[in-house]
Amino acid sequence: MKTIWRYLVAGVLLRFSKKRTVHRERELPASTRAETWTAILLFAAALAGLAFVAIYAFADANTQLLGLSIAVSLALIAAALILAASQVVPQENLEEPRPSFAQPNHDADGPKNHDIRGFSAHQQGEEAALVVREGADGVTRRRLLGAAGAAAGVGLGAAALVPLASLGPAVGDRYAESPWKDGVRLVEENGMAVKVDDLEVGSFLTAFAEGADKEGLASSLAVVRVRTEELELPEDRADWAPEGILAFSKICTHAQCAISLFRYPLFSERSPGPALVCPCHYSTFNVLDGGQRIFGPAVRPLPQLPLRIENGTLVAAGPLSGEVGASWGRVREEG
Amino acid sequence: MTTRRLFRFLDSRTGGAGAIGKALRYVFPDHWTFLFGEIAMYSFLILVATGTYLALFFEPSTAHVIYHGTYAPLHGQEMTRAYASAVNLSFDVQAGLLIRQVHHWAADVFLAAITIHLMRIFFTGAFRKPRDINYYVGLTMLVLAVLEGYAGYSLLDDLLSGMGLAIGNGVALSIPVIGGQLGTLIWGGRFPGTQDFFSRLFFVHVFLFPVLIGTLMAVHLALVARPHHTQFRGRRRREGNVVGTPLWPAYALRSLGLFFATAAVLFLLGGLVQINPIWQWGPYEPYLGTNGAQPDWYLGWLIGALRLMPHFDVVIGNYTLIPNPFWGGVLFPGAVFGFLYLWPWIERRFTGDRAVHNLLDRPRDNPTRTAIGSAVFTLVAAVFFSGSADRAFVQFGVPYEDQLWGYRALVILLPIAVFFLTRRFCIRLRDRGAHPARESGARLVERPRFKGRSRGTDPA
Amino acid sequence: MPSRTRRPGRVRRPLMLGAAVLLAGFAIAVWGQPPHDSTGAVAATPESTEGRALFEESCSSCHGFDGKGIKGQGPSLIHAGEAAADFYLRTGRMPLGQVGDEPLRGEPRYSNSQIEALVHYVGLLGDGPTIPNVDPSQGDVAEGMELFRDSCAGCHAISGKGGVAIGGYAPPLGESTPTEVGEAIRVGPYLMPRFNEELISPKQVNSIAAYVKLTQEPEDAGGFGIGHIGPVPEGLVAWLAAIAALLLIARVIGERLGGSRADDEAEEPR
Repeated sequence: MKTIWRYLVAGVLLRFSKKRTVHRERELPASTRAETWTAILLFAAALAGLAFVAIYAFADANTQLLGLSIAVSLALIAAALILAASQVVPQENLEEPRPSFAQPNHDADGPKNHDIRGFSAHQQGEEAALVVREGADGVTRRRLLGAAGAAAGVGLGAAALVPLASLGPAVGDRYAESPWKDGVRLVEENGMAVKVDDLEVGSFLTAFAEGADKEGLASSLAVVRVRTEELELPEDRADWAPEGILAFSKICTHAQCAISLFRYPLFSERSPGPALVCPCHYSTFNVLDGGQRIFGPAVRPLPQLPLRIENGTLVAAGPLSGEVGASWGRVREEG
Repeated sequence: MTTRRLFRFLDSRTGGAGAIGKALRYVFPDHWTFLFGEIAMYSFLILVATGTYLALFFEPSTAHVIYHGTYAPLHGQEMTRAYASAVNLSFDVQAGLLIRQVHHWAADVFLAAITIHLMRIFFTGAFRKPRDINYYVGLTMLVLAVLEGYAGYSLLDDLLSGMGLAIGNGVALSIPVIGGQLGTLIWGGRFPGTQDFFSRLFFVHVFLFPVLIGTLMAVHLALVARPHHTQFRGRRRREGNVVGTPLWPAYALRSLGLFFATAAVLFLLGGLVQINPIWQWGPYEPYLGTNGAQPDWYLGWLIGALRLMPHFDVVIGNYTLIPNPFWGGVLFPGAVFGFLYLWPWIERRFTGDRAVHNLLDRPRDNPTRTAIGSAVFTLVAAVFFSGSADRAFVQFGVPYEDQLWGYRALVILLPIAVFFLTRRFCIRLRDRGAHPARESGARLVERPRFKGRSRGTDPA
Repeated sequence: MPSRTRRPGRVRRPLMLGAAVLLAGFAIAVWGQPPHDSTGAVAATPESTEGRALFEESCSSCHGFDGKGIKGQGPSLIHAGEAAADFYLRTGRMPLGQVGDEPLRGEPRYSNSQIEALVHYVGLLGDGPTIPNVDPSQGDVAEGMELFRDSCAGCHAISGKGGVAIGGYAPPLGESTPTEVGEAIRVGPYLMPRFNEELISPKQVNSIAAYVKLTQEPEDAGGFGIGHIGPVPEGLVAWLAAIAALLLIARVIGERLGGSRADDEAEEPR
């Protein structure tokens, strides 16, 4: 191997600094074979990193395979770096003076020659840049090594980032999930069925899907009763509000606070009609026309639940008219 | 003398005496506005100390329990252990409520002190080279501090914090394309999320963000000390020197005094003025809400923006591309912080001033910067105040709907008015200065040069 | 939603007085007319006679002589019940200064006996909720908090400090008596929904009244309560007390005494 060393350069640094009087030996290896091998190792490391990603995504994240692939990737990078350290970059032997703590004249002014005042000394910046550049002296296939390094970085980076996907499940249909379908009974917070006779005109009640988790966003409803002659429901919802009882998702379509405010005017001729209001940003939804927004930042109407009456209790006659909760990229605008 | 022996002992082993000696003679310029950052730093120290104590009692668990503790009005209510442990911390841990309240007041003061510190930096041009990197570090700490505060009060799982998280989730979902997935990643599923989410929130609040903020604070201080402090113009003050009080002894005592004063104010408030009485709010469930829910003050500008925003989405076909909360919850704060991050570059680009500045501008010295900064801060302030319009309605009776329209007009008109008024005022003030010979507008200044560094001359 | 509300908590006295004078004049002008047919249905007891006289004098211009309401002026009171009349009159919400105004709390306009007569008369108009008998001491404050949180906090805020109801105002409950709380639950005044005995039982009303009493004097374990409305006053204290104090301290200690101020002023020539 030693025959490969071509240069012996000593004291090169003297050209920059008159202050420097240290001893320096320097060899430039310039081994294209070592460079090729380094690049191959790095590319292989990139592949191993991508293998980790593939195993995470497709092989059911098998622990042994994951560990193996990432270990191979890391080991290949280690090998590449060790090889490069000994056979690609310049080999140096440099002498550095040790800072002396016990100097009697080591006073408050401090040693000035170590000072690198970034904004004051233009030359020191130049010198640091040069030291960095010199590190690649004698390396011939720089572009290949650069590409290999970048590939290894991408592979390892991908392997490092992909486990973040474990934080939460894929979106799938979960934002459209809802316990409401035909025949699901409405129950109060205490689990008792909601009785029609309990509700009079102007009543407001929070109801849940029987058997569903009350904390589930789509589970809770705002149930209100108005006079049937007030209703202005669209034709396809004509039978959704038996005896003037309406049910809406209790979660605002703006930023999913609970719609905990029902405004039922005693004298509707003189004040705006019955509406559900979200107390976070005051989005207001008209209950008479099926939950259309009349005030505030919400855009989508409040999803309405078609109701029917069975044995004097309220039962869903179908699913909610739209997706519950805040709008997001795949929410259907019309509901 | 023992002091000398101590330093000799240290120096022979660490070589640090020289540095300490230098540090003791580090000069702090005398100006009271330079202390805003210190108030923030000392608030942070108090946050870390009180937070450490609180973490010994708080339980970040979403497991449900029935409350049977000291506070009778909550008896029999179902709640998470997180909320129950926070209530117990307030009622059953001796000194617990004091520490919790000090922690909360310290958070409010921390953010307020950062804000006025930022304004001082902005309006005096202290962000210019060589301190632009440090300005970015500081801004990043502000962003982290806002998120840290939000995570902190969200942890308690009371009614207000739950509503805040619901909105936070709605805002996350509103980010185009990635929003839905981002929401399920952070919350571990659909809102209200899983136990994982609470563990994450706790970890972020008590470890990740404090460590990040602490690290950045160390970097911030190092980058302040490296080029030394800025100073206002004045007798003997030049680009190449710093005139003021050395660290030892006067400034050290002064600064320590400020620390104890900050602590005194915070503990005074913590003991006497109630903050976030969570037992009065009750526990949160996704189907519960209260009127007049508000975030802590440093998020007031975001609730203001969400409420002020007219109702429109960007819709493609039947599908929402950009939902409404994006405008107020992401775009608005993004634009404000974007402006702050970009400002040093914008100023360099439009004035051509790339020189090193160690002497500060008085706000009047740069009327355009002062006017633009004032306009932006006015905009944020107007949006901020609009966030409390509902409380203003209850207290003062101006209808909420009218206020909303009023604020929408103010948000557009006020910054414009402030821009022109500030600019005019600055120019007049500057021209009335002690040097009548100075021509208005012209700032071509010839300054003595110091070895290797040139003081910038504004190309007027 | 364009709806005007006036300043809650501050009654426009001149307007109301003017309206009262007008109403009185109107009442005198129509005094001689024969009684309306349908009012004959109300039995003529001494109490109801006084109530009827007062009603015709003060309420009929909006609610009609027969209490059936007048289109565009005021709603029918046939099923309002004693509870509604008692609530509106004792909290000074009726009579309104101007038709279309939001009824807001104020000093009652009638004496106790006048209110009793009017309440009795309105109760005779048709069946409606009677004045509930509310006793907070019979209630359970914890149950009250839970019920309040479920049904009331959306408008009145969990702290009972009132809130925005879009197009109106959910009043703070700081002055509400237990009876008024019970009446409001049954009647659903103005924009409020109403809750019958099936939804909220009389026992539960006691509990809610107990909780409302608690919000009037909350347990401020943490010190001065600064209004119990959450982070808005907290932010004000942080800025106007804490930061102001700290800036003052900074101002005092930030400079060498007698030193640098002069240095700042003495600028280098530019």
